[in-house]
Amino acid sequence: MDEMSKVPSKKITAEVQPRVRVSTLTPWLWAVGALVVMIVLSAAIGPVAIPPLVVVKMLLSRLPTLNINVDWPSMFDTILYQIRLPQTALIALTGMALGGSGAAYQGLFRNPLADPYIIGVASGAGLGAVLAMSAHWPTTLLGMVTIPAAAFIGALITVAVVYFLARVGRSTPITTLILSGVAVSAFTSALTSLLMLLSTDQLHRAITWLLGGFSLGGWEPVLAMLPYLGIGMGALFVLGRPLNVLQFGDDQATQLGLNVERLKTVVIVTSSLVAATAVSFSGIIGFVGLVVPHLARLLWGPDYRRLIPLATIFGGAVLLAADIVARTILSPRELPVGVVTAVLGAPFFLWLLRRAKNVRFW
Amino acid sequence: MVELQISNATIGYGKVPVLREISLTVAPGEVLGIVGPNGVGKSTLIKATSGILTPDAGKILIDGHDVCQLSPPERARVMAVVPQAAQLPEAFTVQDVVLMGRTPYLGWLDRESETDYEIASEAMTRTTISHLYNRHVGELSGGEQQRVFIARALAQTPSILLLDEPTAHLDLRHQDDILNLVRSLAVENGLTVVITLHDLNLVARFADRVALLSNGRVRSVGTPEQVLTPEELATVYGINIHVTSHPIHGTPLVLS
Repeated sequence: MDEMSKVPSKKITAEVQPRVRVSTLTPWLWAVGALVVMIVLSAAIGPVAIPPLVVVKMLLSRLPTLNINVDWPSMFDTILYQIRLPQTALIALTGMALGGSGAAYQGLFRNPLADPYIIGVASGAGLGAVLAMSAHWPTTLLGMVTIPAAAFIGALITVAVVYFLARVGRSTPITTLILSGVAVSAFTSALTSLLMLLSTDQLHRAITWLLGGFSLGGWEPVLAMLPYLGIGMGALFVLGRPLNVLQFGDDQATQLGLNVERLKTVVIVTSSLVAATAVSFSGIIGFVGLVVPHLARLLWGPDYRRLIPLATIFGGAVLLAADIVARTILSPRELPVGVVTAVLGAPFFLWLLRRAKNVRFW
Repeated sequence: MVELQISNATIGYGKVPVLREISLTVAPGEVLGIVGPNGVGKSTLIKATSGILTPDAGKILIDGHDVCQLSPPERARVMAVVPQAAQLPEAFTVQDVVLMGRTPYLGWLDRESETDYEIASEAMTRTTISHLYNRHVGELSGGEQQRVFIARALAQTPSILLLDEPTAHLDLRHQDDILNLVRSLAVENGLTVVITLHDLNLVARFADRVALLSNGRVRSVGTPEQVLTPEELATVYGINIHVTSHPIHGTPLVLS
């Protein structure tokens, strides 16, 4: 009781108490800065190198208010706008989708190892997409819009099955989540392989696609992704506060007045939509959805109101960086970006698994 | 000012009921202590009362409304819970956690208003954790964390407060601090309080009435003097128990 009565004399009152506002600018500057730098580098690097500064000048010259002398070869325009930028945009959007949905899945399962790849959503989406492709490989914009829909259905079914299998009583332990994710992934991947073997003429293309080869080209895939990502990411961005409450567990969240089942359904549907869209156009790229939200959480804290948008922006930067490595490390040969993310991401995953017992930043 | 009524409730997980035909009424401004041996179902009673466990039979009523018929936000505006050994996301700050008490008043898309911040701030002042507002809850001591949970509950501006073993693992001074606060919330703010405690001497000092649970039933209800008798306690706990009078407070003092 002593402590209670002493306090007013310390003048810690509602009026004088400073207030923490979540909207510090620094994390956003870092994340957006990283994304912009990677976009420029990604557009600059290739068989015909365009100096990064020229890329910046070319992009700025599009702004009507700036008078910039055109002092670069006209070939650069074709390369930048017809080849490089569509590719860069597709990779950036894919990374953003994986980073954002990864953060949402981690928040939903309250589990640092839940990412679209590990819990089997990606391979489920892959199966859905391959099913759609094996019916007819669509190269038109309309055809491309149907692939994410098929992938989305595949992803939803997979996540539902994994969640159901992983559930022990009222919680979702790490071990069962990973095990059921691995099992379901193996199953859906096997079905995917079978489908691809049956359609031999598409085999090479499909394998490249599955490893994240981004071989489609042009602006159509980018345009086809936008509506799905717009809806999905938009929904995830505004669900940060209820996701924060969910971190106390289902029981406490309910006692705090959160409609837990409804929130879970909305988050599963939207993040699966986002992850499925990424898979539809870029194949199955592992570990981005795991590593990116983790780095974001380490750097900028656990608040999902910031974490989801930051992981989204940062995810774009990280996947662009991985893609630059994939294109340059064995130049002139280009590696599928999924190979690079797996080589770098798998050790990170193992490190996380080892320290998962006493995570402070989670 | 809301009355809590547990009416003939049978509660359990699956087929075997843990609690049978429980009937208890708690008035505004009153502290009801729930005691009984380990595993008798004290926490189960708190869970059912807070609406996250539906009774197999009977009802739990707040001002005549069945808690199971209310939506989570409707319940959480009236009733707040301080859970036992609860999950606490370590990296959130004290202020973040206390502000989450405003959840039942906010839609998914709403942001906290100035009023929400003021209410959270008042709750932190009341529980003397204002100076910790920007600390990560994982860095706090057990006593401080417990007060964060209570502040979060107060931020819900509830009429009913349920506390499940709020003094477990706390030292003597923190036990007293917490329970004095709980008492003053009942006496000064008219809250209806239900508190489970395994320490019979704390119940004797801080509860207006005590419900002694045994074998899944309410064995006796009444003032501490009426319920905490050597005969009753010896029967329920299965050992010899002596009850004398607290030299300062005059309340029953239970010695084994």
